[in-house]
Amino acid sequence: MTLANPSDFNGNLQPQGWLRYFSFSLDHKVIGLQYLVCGFIFYLIGGALAGAIRTELATPLSDFMPRDTYNEVLTLHGTVMIFLWIVPVVNGAFGNYLIPFYVGARDMAFPRLNAVAFWLIPPAGILLISSYFIAGAAAQSGWTAYPPLSLTTPAAGQVVWILSVLLLGGSSIFGGINFIATILKLRRPGLKLMQLPMYCWAMLGTSILVVLSTPVLAGTLILLSFDIIAHTGFFNPALGGNVVVYQHLFWFYSHPAVYIMVLPAFGLVSEILPVHARKPLFGYTTMVYSIMAIVFLGLIVWAHHMFTSGTPPWMRLFFTIATSFIAVPTGIKFFNWLATLWGGKIALNSAMLFSCAFIVNFVFGGITGVALAQVPFDIHVHDTYFVVGHFHYIVYGGTVFVIFASLYHWYPKFTGRMLNEDLGRLHFLLTFIGFNLCFAPQHWLGLNGMPRRVAEYDPTFTTLNQVSSVGALLMAISTIPLLINVVVTALNGKVAGDNPWNALTPEWLTSSPPPVENWIGEAPLVTEPYGYGQHQDQPQEVQA
Amino acid sequence: MCIVPIRTVLTVITATTALVLTGLWVGYNVNMLPLDASSNAPTYDALFKVLFSIGMVLFLGIVILLVYSLFRFRRRSGDLSDGLAIEGNLPLEIVWTAIPAIVVLFVGIYSYDIYERMGGMVALNDHSAMAHTAMDHSAMDHSGMASGEVSQARVWGGIGGAGMDAAPTGAVLPVEVTAMQFAFIFHYPDANITSGELHVPTGQPVELHMEARDVIHAFWVPQFRLKQDVIPGQPTVLSFTATKAGSYPIVCAELCGPYHGGMRSTVVVHEPEAYATWLQQNSPASTTT
Repeated sequence: MTLANPSDFNGNLQPQGWLRYFSFSLDHKVIGLQYLVCGFIFYLIGGALAGAIRTELATPLSDFMPRDTYNEVLTLHGTVMIFLWIVPVVNGAFGNYLIPFYVGARDMAFPRLNAVAFWLIPPAGILLISSYFIAGAAAQSGWTAYPPLSLTTPAAGQVVWILSVLLLGGSSIFGGINFIATILKLRRPGLKLMQLPMYCWAMLGTSILVVLSTPVLAGTLILLSFDIIAHTGFFNPALGGNVVVYQHLFWFYSHPAVYIMVLPAFGLVSEILPVHARKPLFGYTTMVYSIMAIVFLGLIVWAHHMFTSGTPPWMRLFFTIATSFIAVPTGIKFFNWLATLWGGKIALNSAMLFSCAFIVNFVFGGITGVALAQVPFDIHVHDTYFVVGHFHYIVYGGTVFVIFASLYHWYPKFTGRMLNEDLGRLHFLLTFIGFNLCFAPQHWLGLNGMPRRVAEYDPTFTTLNQVSSVGALLMAISTIPLLINVVVTALNGKVAGDNPWNALTPEWLTSSPPPVENWIGEAPLVTEPYGYGQHQDQPQEVQA
Repeated sequence: MCIVPIRTVLTVITATTALVLTGLWVGYNVNMLPLDASSNAPTYDALFKVLFSIGMVLFLGIVILLVYSLFRFRRRSGDLSDGLAIEGNLPLEIVWTAIPAIVVLFVGIYSYDIYERMGGMVALNDHSAMAHTAMDHSAMDHSGMASGEVSQARVWGGIGGAGMDAAPTGAVLPVEVTAMQFAFIFHYPDANITSGELHVPTGQPVELHMEARDVIHAFWVPQFRLKQDVIPGQPTVLSFTATKAGSYPIVCAELCGPYHGGMRSTVVVHEPEAYATWLQQNSPASTTT
């Protein structure tokens, strides 16, 4: 039986042309782009919410919006950015588009499940945003929804929030199962696991985390909804419940969630750097082991989010050590990327600029992360703007920079046209400067006494908060050249040709954009996806 | 394999030395922290300086290496050839696995030492072992309802005092802290004073027994470098010794509702004599006479 031959499903039943992007398409490439565009729309919404937060914080007083609205905005901002932008795009969009190419398949293992996983996202997102308008009040207890606060804020908004996150969690689990099955079972005959491009390993590791930890979040949120709707007492101290147990369960998912957002980005960077440096990926085997080490360690560090929650001393000690050791496999990856660049022929285009900025940002966020892992250090800065700065360096400076790098790298594959490099560099400059202006000062603010999730603050913190808000404004402006670039290029950009980067990974060994079956004829067997510099004697074929 | 030329070795050694010195200089000379007003704060600041220096060395080192590579190995126009086909180097990879492992191990052991000096490893339930049985009774009587009796019994977490167990009885100043939306209330059981501000003397260990009435709050004094969640149903403890007289902010650090940002108070640290005066002026006994 042939698994997943899209032509069987698509045939005449599916719309063709641009309409297929609005259909229940089973083509992994269509689904990937659906994830990407849908995620980007939510990025703009989440960004507008961030703009509202930074506007409120431009002055020390709570004077821009009502206080409970502010809490709704920060809750929606976190939830939208994590569950509707970063997780779906870095996993769903690039994973769906690239993984079948990388394993030499014509589609994902379960195309229908794949389409279902995507189509859960728009309703979940609309549900979440609309809770602000329909339910009277959106959730106000942060994306962490700690009880008892989440039990005392307006119930309708909190329940809608739970429903929405459950749908998104379900979508994530469906995706994870699909990736594991595709990578392990749909490989082209002759292709060994240790010959797969690094992004496959990143997605395998990520999907293991998704499948192991997301159900725990789902269970926790269902219990929380019982507490809200049926007045049970799982997490309600007035009924003998335990609020700290919720935090353990929540972070058992939500710390691995950081790796669910970051590991795929590591994988994507590992694809982009060798192509534009014209060098093999350095230390393939250690890279694979590092990913798996991060997956394992990522599951046993959750309580470092709870060092001030009344956790016993031995537990604080264990989680300090476990967390610190994540720096070792992560460090290996960064040194290997630097070694990949060393001795290369580096083209400093937009994809490369964003990738290298990712290295700078993530190293910074990683170093503050090791500091935060130390209990005595964390006790002072936990729940302050230091933490806000730290995690934005990880998820924005890390993952979102990689999403942009990937967009510049794979846009020719998606559309057959090149993005404009001048607009790309402008986008990069604005994003990089804006990002650092926005989040670097927050570390100082946290160290000196500004807690997170506040609508008002001590007037001595005004200057740096205004610097941060100006940075946020630059980040907002930076999306303008990006949008112009994507729209204008799609209409009349430079034609890319099939393989504009002269890359060796399998997605480039077909037309751009690729046919429905990915390849005309048999899938190529690519055993050395990073074999740059090995055939120097042969003349290079370069397309203008 | 070729032998590394002497000049390269010298360059690497010089660059590394310069980098380490720069990192140390920045770490020990750029002050990022507020005033240190508790006995625990200088210990914290020492850890901070070490972490800041190590972080600076690593960050600068990686960024310089990256920028240097981007410049030195940039593609010249018209050059369409590939770079060197280097797929790995085991000794190098072992070195850069070992370096982070050693750094992390050092940082871990050092911060454990700091944590112990802060009193973080003091067994919290030792000094309330006697009351522990009382809790079991009250738990049965009140079917587990959070109440005042329970708060005297089991302490769920927090920071015990440095050398607090060695201090003679009566030397520790106990204060009961109740957190609610959106205020902290301080009760001095010995003097029977209730106050919206925390007043403490310099040099005397203070032990806060904290419990929240509604949602989770967090008690944070940036100048003390200490924070502890205040949790409904689970009493926590926080011990410190103030060292410098002055007024410092008490900040709620856990999202607790619309006015979370406004949930602030003040800790007033007095010299011992001034504290005695405050105690006398505010105790109910003196006001009635």
